[in-house]
Amino acid sequence: MIEKFHTLYPEMLLFVATCAVLVIGLSRSLSLRRLAGPICAVALIGAGLLAWTTATPARGLAVPNLAMYGKIIAAAVGLLLVFLLQGVADRDYEADVAQGRASFDPARTIRAEFWAFFLFSITGLMLCAGSTNLIWLFLALELTSLPTYVMVAVSTPRERSMESGVKYFFLGALGAAVFLFGFAFLYGGTGTTDLSDMALGIRSQIAGGGLNAATVVGLLLSVLGLCFKIAAVPMHFYVADVYQGAHSSVSAMLAFVPKAAGFFALILVLSAAGWGAAGGGSLPSPIAETLAVIAALTMTVGNVLALLQNSLKRLLAYSSIAHSGYMLVGLIAGPMNTGESITTNGVAAVLFYLLVYGITSVGTFAVPAALERRAADGHYDEPDRFEDLRGLRHSHPTLAWVLALSALGLMGFPPLVGFFAKLPLFTSSWSSGNTVLLIVLAGNSAIGAVYYLRLVGIALVSGGEGPSVFTASPFRSRAIAGYIAALALVVMAVIPTFDSAARAGAYATLNGDPTGGNAPRRQAVPADEPAAGVSVEPAPGVNVEPAAGSAESEATTALPLSTSSGSR
Amino acid sequence: MPLLLMLILVPLLCAALIPLMPRKSLAYPIALGGTLIALLLGVYGLFANEWAHAGAGSTIFAESYRWMPQLGLNFSLGVNAVSGLLIALALLLGPICVIASKTAITERVRTYYFWLLVLQSAMVGVFAARDLVLFYIFFEFTLIPMFVLIGVYGSTNRRAASVKFFMYTFTGSVIALAGLVYVAFKHASLTGGWTFDIDTLANTARSMSFREQCWVFGAMMAGFAVKVPLFPVHTWLPLAHTEAPTAGSVLLAGVLLKLGTFAIYALVLPFVPAAVVHFAPLMAVLSIIGILAVGLVCWVQRDVKKLVAYSSVAHLGFCMLGMFALNPTGLQGSVLYMINHGLSTGAIFLCIGMVYERYHTRSMDELGGLASKMPVWSSFMVFFAMASVGLPMLNGFVSEFMCLMGAWTASDTWATSGLAFGTAGVLGPKFAVVAGVGMIIAAIYTLYMVGKVVWGPLKLPGGHDAHGHDGHGHGSLGHGDAHHGTLPVDLSRREIGILIPLAALCLLLGLYPKPFLQAIDASTQQTSSIVMRNRHAEPVGSADLNRSAAARTTDKQVNP
Repeated sequence: MIEKFHTLYPEMLLFVATCAVLVIGLSRSLSLRRLAGPICAVALIGAGLLAWTTATPARGLAVPNLAMYGKIIAAAVGLLLVFLLQGVADRDYEADVAQGRASFDPARTIRAEFWAFFLFSITGLMLCAGSTNLIWLFLALELTSLPTYVMVAVSTPRERSMESGVKYFFLGALGAAVFLFGFAFLYGGTGTTDLSDMALGIRSQIAGGGLNAATVVGLLLSVLGLCFKIAAVPMHFYVADVYQGAHSSVSAMLAFVPKAAGFFALILVLSAAGWGAAGGGSLPSPIAETLAVIAALTMTVGNVLALLQNSLKRLLAYSSIAHSGYMLVGLIAGPMNTGESITTNGVAAVLFYLLVYGITSVGTFAVPAALERRAADGHYDEPDRFEDLRGLRHSHPTLAWVLALSALGLMGFPPLVGFFAKLPLFTSSWSSGNTVLLIVLAGNSAIGAVYYLRLVGIALVSGGEGPSVFTASPFRSRAIAGYIAALALVVMAVIPTFDSAARAGAYATLNGDPTGGNAPRRQAVPADEPAAGVSVEPAPGVNVEPAAGSAESEATTALPLSTSSGSR
Repeated sequence: MPLLLMLILVPLLCAALIPLMPRKSLAYPIALGGTLIALLLGVYGLFANEWAHAGAGSTIFAESYRWMPQLGLNFSLGVNAVSGLLIALALLLGPICVIASKTAITERVRTYYFWLLVLQSAMVGVFAARDLVLFYIFFEFTLIPMFVLIGVYGSTNRRAASVKFFMYTFTGSVIALAGLVYVAFKHASLTGGWTFDIDTLANTARSMSFREQCWVFGAMMAGFAVKVPLFPVHTWLPLAHTEAPTAGSVLLAGVLLKLGTFAIYALVLPFVPAAVVHFAPLMAVLSIIGILAVGLVCWVQRDVKKLVAYSSVAHLGFCMLGMFALNPTGLQGSVLYMINHGLSTGAIFLCIGMVYERYHTRSMDELGGLASKMPVWSSFMVFFAMASVGLPMLNGFVSEFMCLMGAWTASDTWATSGLAFGTAGVLGPKFAVVAGVGMIIAAIYTLYMVGKVVWGPLKLPGGHDAHGHDGHGHGSLGHGDAHHGTLPVDLSRREIGILIPLAALCLLLGLYPKPFLQAIDASTQQTSSIVMRNRHAEPVGSADLNRSAAARTTDKQVNP
């Protein structure tokens, strides 16, 4: 246990920050209470840096460096979410306090819990990325999800948020039960909960004539249960209602955090199931076929239902389902068919896509989050129907651009980085010979273009009749989150951050231990493992973490990652 | 000097300047300046001495910058004679479109010129790209400016038109992308390295089996035939043209349609020659259906702009017919047709736009006998109509004749029978004869339109007196009533100024096309011989294929 300690520094830092936020959020002084957000931001930057400098690869899995990559993108997108989540909790109450209508009562405020839950959820995501054991993985997944149920419920003072929260909770519990059941079967089938031992066990089962029934059932149930987290088809029913009921800032978080956790978990389970420690292995056919069906259905259902929506948030919810389908295509392509490049490595493509999708989601949800209208009952409404957004171009030109760029990014329109994220899905899918899925993917990209184009049209083309009734939210940082995200979509495509980010995605799936770093050494690369002959430089946080800029990455080349060239 | 990069960057930088300007009146001079600088750079390029190499068929002005090594992606540019000519066309139409919009666009001026400049640089980028992904990026990126130009500044039905335009092209090009990526994947699986360099991939692509070539051909044509547009997938074009503002129509007809034909010339032909030869008769038949059927559709149009839009489909049919003749004559005719169609149809759209600005109608029922009222306009209109019909001595004739000639002579039976003018190919006289009927139809509908609008008794829409007063406001932006009152009855000097260069070029290309033909000679010869040499697919690298097949089977065996 103690030897795993150093891999948990980022989570520990976040936990300390969580405690600090819990205390500070109850303070009587407004300026102290307001520090909650900044503390979260600082903690996330710190956690990202810690993840970058202290990560050690996990042995025995096809994705040894998932922990480092996953924690860094969790911190990066989390940082954007901090900007977006400003002012969500306690807004009306704080206004009453400020105007003297109410006196501050620590028992009535929820700010502390809200931010603490946010940090808990990010911590859970990081733990997911770093888990090496099924029990750990289950606990991490629950730590990711449980806080989000509450965050959804309290995100607006309206009843439908409560309803969404309850719905999300019950279905989430169902999903958790299903994959927990699956994990139990996996334990029964392989006799271990440790993922790398399980990988060995499953490989020896395959070599010995096929998987036993318990393992197959376990894998299938795990995949099905995890479909809830990533919002894939048989478990997708909650998505639209929950996204619509929650505040847009929280919806943005739902679009990234549980989805990323689900994909990390899927990657870990699947890498135990068949990609194997040496890479290049393929999934057992029942799993591969199930996944392929799920992917095709998810893409199609998500896109077709998104076509029918008249509400921005419902549209984005269904688009989120569709994007899970796209990523599943990459997952089916597998980690290492012909090489370590992101062009053939489906898992690297998925990991990169996750980052891009997270940034793009922040961009799209930032638009409704940054606008508001005071309703008759004194609460604030955000624009949701398409009519609400007409004339955005006149009233809020920069936000219109954010919406247009994000929608084009989701569409995968070149030259935005969304295109460069989707391209590796295409190439890795060709490489693995999944022609049918590839055709479904291409067809769905075209269907998706229809509704994303509606958003682009609303942003850039539609004229407003009369002044917009929606005004800019006083929480400027929400719009700023949108600006950063939109800028990132352009900048990542133009300057070589893409390359480093894509490399980092590929790096997460490389085999072999790094030859440097602060971490204790593990054993050397086994000779039969195809260690990659590329030197990978870390590229965390792309451009949302100024501290992790290029200057520093030059300075720290001694850090992890020059893997020694093995026999290729 | 990185000429091509500057041609792309100058309009982009000017576009970036426009939103920063304090006054919207500055947008027009900036846009004009940007496009003129680009044009001057292009003219400088024309006199650069590198063209000797272009004459020999090689790529000139080549530049390459590392971009995304992970994906094997380079920002590499370069032109040959064919793409150089098309870039010149785009550069020429740039300032003309800006000048033509001076009075037509009065609202949201900054957005308008911003997107016009972005479109300009994207168009140049498509022709100059030497990297497949870069090509695709520019190809797609022309959609957004056009989407906004039609969607915001178009006439009544603009929303539907812009969406239809976007969806048609986007859907097609996603399928094309899948095909292109397959070629890149094929290259990677044979050589182990990912690259998207067009020339390298063309070599790999030609070594694919016939079956693979057919699939890739289908995928690529799905994307590019929509853009051309070829017969069954042409329905977006009339709508987009009718609704687009004048400058949008000019660029759409002049340059954007050529992206499709250029892509077929530069990518489809050299990539999958065996499939091209196999499908050439089918493509020719589709072209001919386009020429004849759409020609007849033109005849019954009442809207002048719609008529010209449909006629573009018919004209591009000739262009495609010449292309799939696959012999040097046909290809030369086809390339020349791209230029000529851009000049004459672009000019006709300008003329129609000028009338529309004055009378706010394009209906033949409401307009007539304009010769007595607008003699200068009428002479230009008749001139360009004749050029587009293919009157000898004008540009349309040369290219149309060469396309038909190419189709006529492209017959394997003739080539082997020792006839002097027979060249290898799968078309033949029957294709040319049937397509030739299209020339007659073209003459009928164009003369019918000119007869109605230019000659005959004077007819003006209700409410217009001698000064062309506008009675009814129009729903869309950019056609405000305020400005057209300042327009003279006949063309202003500004309007004549933008038509003259186009007219001069039409005349030059009609009387003395030799320098242009000479310039594209080597490139077309090369393309033709590549296609003909590789018309039978041979599975090169079968050893590699066997190896990967073996690897796949071992993978399968591992599975339970």
